[in-house]
Amino acid sequence: MLLRPHGLKLNGLKLFVFTASLAPLGWYAWGIQTDNLGANPIEAVTRGLGTWALNFLLITLAATPLRHYAGWTWPLIVRRMLGLFAFFYASLHLTTYLWFDQFFDWLAIGKDIFKRPFITVGMTTFLLLIPLAATSNARAIRKLGGRRWQQLHRMVYLCGALAVLHYTWMVKADIRKPLIYWVILTALLSTRMVWQIRKAQCQQFRK
Amino acid sequence: ARLGPGKASVFSTTEAPTSLKNVTSYNNFYEFGTNKEDPAEYAHTLRVKPWTVSIEGLVKKPKTMGMEEILKLAPLEERIYRLRCVEGWSMVIPWLGFPLVSLLKQVEPLGSAKYVEFITAVQPDTMPGIRRGVLDWPYTEGLRLDEALHPLTIMAAGLYGDVLPNQNGAPLRLVVPWKYGFKSGKSIVKIRLTDSQPRTTWMKSAPSEYGFYSNVNPTVDHPRWSQATERRIGEFFKRKTLPFNGYADQVAQLYTGLDLRKYF
Repeated sequence: MLLRPHGLKLNGLKLFVFTASLAPLGWYAWGIQTDNLGANPIEAVTRGLGTWALNFLLITLAATPLRHYAGWTWPLIVRRMLGLFAFFYASLHLTTYLWFDQFFDWLAIGKDIFKRPFITVGMTTFLLLIPLAATSNARAIRKLGGRRWQQLHRMVYLCGALAVLHYTWMVKADIRKPLIYWVILTALLSTRMVWQIRKAQCQQFRK
Repeated sequence: ARLGPGKASVFSTTEAPTSLKNVTSYNNFYEFGTNKEDPAEYAHTLRVKPWTVSIEGLVKKPKTMGMEEILKLAPLEERIYRLRCVEGWSMVIPWLGFPLVSLLKQVEPLGSAKYVEFITAVQPDTMPGIRRGVLDWPYTEGLRLDEALHPLTIMAAGLYGDVLPNQNGAPLRLVVPWKYGFKSGKSIVKIRLTDSQPRTTWMKSAPSEYGFYSNVNPTVDHPRWSQATERRIGEFFKRKTLPFNGYADQVAQLYTGLDLRKYF
């Protein structure tokens, strides 16, 4: 990387994004330290980490449209890192649930997973994210082959939808915030559909 | 303003009260927003003076009473009650109030009255939540008449010895400690005695999730989460939720013969 002409700049970008991505975690750690997270800090942390997992998932999905519409290439350079941060926050979110909400009462957790749709969906999302995170390296791409790797990683669209569904089903009555996530997700996914349709039309035209 | 200390009550728990800061900064009062912090931030605009409560419906003497008159009906008592929210958290709150029965006696309920409906304030200009919808306003709740007359059921006008903060339902709210918190309507303006079961706001919003009775019950789960445990605000470990929120000795007999799974 350092041998490339823009290597230094690139490393700077990665370092910046890496540090910025840790900021939410820092915020909650600081909030716990200073008792600044309100009357129910555990709930605030659990929900906050979930929100950031979802945020990172959607930011990851924005990389391709940003190149397409704004001509930016740098989001694609850090996309893998952002995707891994989505997994990182999802793991922490799950951990807070298993630990501070259920205190590793596996029977209660099992019941929760089977009885409560929003937990079922959340858990499914996490399970689907595991293979994506595990294959986020050059070796996996080589081993799987670019095409199969890409097919596998299209599952991130499903993960995005399931994550927003998980959020929607958790909310008691006011679904305005989940709706905002649905709008953003729909926008991000529909741009891809539009390209697919255009591509298909172009190919037809050439024939 | 100072209102208390209020007469001590045998119904008070000896458990440690939740801090005033937490009691007044973590609230559900959807008229002021759906975040827990919203009521503390926005409810200062609520107009609490003058305040009247009208009591009507199946009563001999319907009446509209001002707050000053209401506060003279009975000596204020300190009632330190557990409060269990349907969301799975709980607090211990030192309320200042008087039994609801003192208020209902004033209007002389008719023999045909079977239920009591509680209707809460709507001030569109002070309540951002009213303008946004979310729930069907005004927020209404209801009790069976025998529940309303039970000595544990109080109207609270204060907490921690002071006048009720707006975010906690000033100037007058209902407190029914053996039911989930949402049953205890805030900022009440109208009480109506009826012969049929009132349709409450949460029943209209999600009938499969919120029943008319909504007694605290660790064995009947909310469709989306377990009610077996709760987090007492300020504590790290969760507690086991108690049937009728620990008030079973006083209230369980109200429900003999009633299938609490069906009538949740």
